[in-house]
Amino acid sequence: MTQRTYTMAVNMALHLAMEKDNKLVAFGLGINDPKRIFGTTSGLVEKFGHDRVFDTPTSENTMTGVQVGLALAGIPSVVTHQRLDFFLLAMDQLVNSAAKWHFMFGSQQPIPITIRLIVGKGWGQGPTHSQALHAWFSHIPGLKVIAPSNPKDAKEMTLAAIADPNPVLILEHRWLHNSLGEFDDSYSPGELGKAVSLSQGKDVTVVSSSFLTAKLLGLNSAIKDFGLNMNLIDLRSYAPIDWETIFTSVRRTGRLAVFDYGHNTGSIAGEIIAKVTENCFSSLKDAPIRFAVKDLPEGTSFGYTRDLYFKDEEMVHAIFKAAGKKLDRDFELTPVTPHDVPSEDFKGPF
Amino acid sequence: MNQQQKVRLHSTMLRIRLIEEAIAMEYSKGEMRCPVHLSVGQELLPSLVSLVVTDKDLAVSTHRSHAHYLAKGGSLEKFMAELFGKATGCSKGRGGSMHLIDLDVNFMGSTAIVGNSIPVGVGLGYGAKLNGDGAVVLIYLGDGAVEEGAFYESVNFAVVRKIPAVFLCENNNFSVYSHITERQPLDRRIYSMAAGLGVTSKYLDSSDPDKSLSELQDIIESTRSSQTPAFIEMDTFRFLEHCGPAEDDHLDYRDSRYIDDAKSKDPLAMLELELMSDYQDWEKTSSKIRTEIETEIQKAFDFARNSPYPDPSLENPSAYAGARI
Repeated sequence: MTQRTYTMAVNMALHLAMEKDNKLVAFGLGINDPKRIFGTTSGLVEKFGHDRVFDTPTSENTMTGVQVGLALAGIPSVVTHQRLDFFLLAMDQLVNSAAKWHFMFGSQQPIPITIRLIVGKGWGQGPTHSQALHAWFSHIPGLKVIAPSNPKDAKEMTLAAIADPNPVLILEHRWLHNSLGEFDDSYSPGELGKAVSLSQGKDVTVVSSSFLTAKLLGLNSAIKDFGLNMNLIDLRSYAPIDWETIFTSVRRTGRLAVFDYGHNTGSIAGEIIAKVTENCFSSLKDAPIRFAVKDLPEGTSFGYTRDLYFKDEEMVHAIFKAAGKKLDRDFELTPVTPHDVPSEDFKGPF
Repeated sequence: MNQQQKVRLHSTMLRIRLIEEAIAMEYSKGEMRCPVHLSVGQELLPSLVSLVVTDKDLAVSTHRSHAHYLAKGGSLEKFMAELFGKATGCSKGRGGSMHLIDLDVNFMGSTAIVGNSIPVGVGLGYGAKLNGDGAVVLIYLGDGAVEEGAFYESVNFAVVRKIPAVFLCENNNFSVYSHITERQPLDRRIYSMAAGLGVTSKYLDSSDPDKSLSELQDIIESTRSSQTPAFIEMDTFRFLEHCGPAEDDHLDYRDSRYIDDAKSKDPLAMLELELMSDYQDWEKTSSKIRTEIETEIQKAFDFARNSPYPDPSLENPSAYAGARI
């Protein structure tokens, strides 16, 4: 099978979902503009028309409420926000309407809405274009929050989100858009709320998500070479969290490191460590390790991001520490230079 | 307005008034354990609207939604049970007074945060347009809501996408205790400002229900046929406190001349006077109507009192749809 990008996978999911359900509408600021949200919405308006695929006013809050209203009229929707940070203007409609409606009105009507939130990083995205707030959203009962880490998941989980009868937020890490993987062209929604083990090692449980999963997968063979086998779990869903997969692994390894691209305090990583401690205390051989972003807004400058972004060596050392082992030799991983891009071909302004 | 319409208008308004007064009367017993924002004094606009719209038209509303719900035809028993927090309530006791819904009559929901239901209403209107069912959506709001960003965003979107929505603004001059002159410039009228957003906009005078009805008819029909939004502002007066069963004028936040003037123009009392002089045998008809309403209210209170509370241990409710209903 040929390798295709994450962007193509999201685009395919949107096409397949709109073909499958002729009521589904897609909208968002810029979805029909020349750049088509980094290519993820390409070809939609040409195929499905302006009633179903439309550009919107710069009104994040109201457009989220419009999604709720459409849902009540039996019309599901998928909306894209080019940066998660702009979606913060929509908190009233997200928290007080979308998340509550089904429960608050006696479980009479589902709210089948999907919201794509692109998380920026690098190239000076700075304090208000780079926030990963999955922990915030996951705090609200009634919301589902997911983050596909590879193209196949991007296609299958986007399809599943759209088919789900609840509000689902999809965090798409901008650095994953160009990543490659295999997926087929069929309508094949995955199952939401399931984590997946990507390597079956028994030395330490490593829980991660989104871009960090891709990064850790890339480090896996080096870690193996250093003599450590990790059970790498890709979380995939922050709300709900697949506790069974995590608990089963920790009961086997007795050791846990959790990686999170959100800020440390109140993070999903913190939640995972708390729940594991509550449920698997007797299995733990050592204190779990939380590896999350410093509690400091992201400075725009190349100088600030140098300290804020995770370095491969630090991640490897953290995993060894969680495993109760000391990495007793110096090592050099192929450095990605400069640190504020996922690869050399990733250029600004976005 | 013909006499039949006048009698219907009066019955709808009187029914709302008596229901609200009964709630106020019973509230101190502590059975209705949720905030209530009563509609006493604000019955006219929704009652006029009820003469014009059909069941297929949709409505959303605010924290002060009792009159809107009842005028749209929402079930009185389920409403009362909701106030009592009972499992038989229109929202199964999960929403209370500020979250009313009756899908049988397309009352799609009232919500508690100022301006919150406006975008939802616009979404419903866009849905009605896409579904092609000819429905108009009624979006009730107050003078405070036009200070929220959601209002401007929603009117703008409704104009841009040509959505069959009617924004119905009841201006009672107060956001809780804050007078409109503290919140909006003196020389700006809400309906003129709305017109500036590109929406057909009209001011309806609450002291002239006759003219108001015919203007309302024109606006709603034109919204339906042209599939474009409209805005309506009507002045109104809240008789009771912002939230709760009592009067609160001892707090001295409203000018006494303003209160006296508004009370002397109570649209329900004025209509009653008019019918008394025009309608043959009005006293007999009126007392029959009143008795029927009072019986209905008693029945609703009995229903609410005799209904069980929700039992989460049996129900095992989920925040998600699809999992457990």
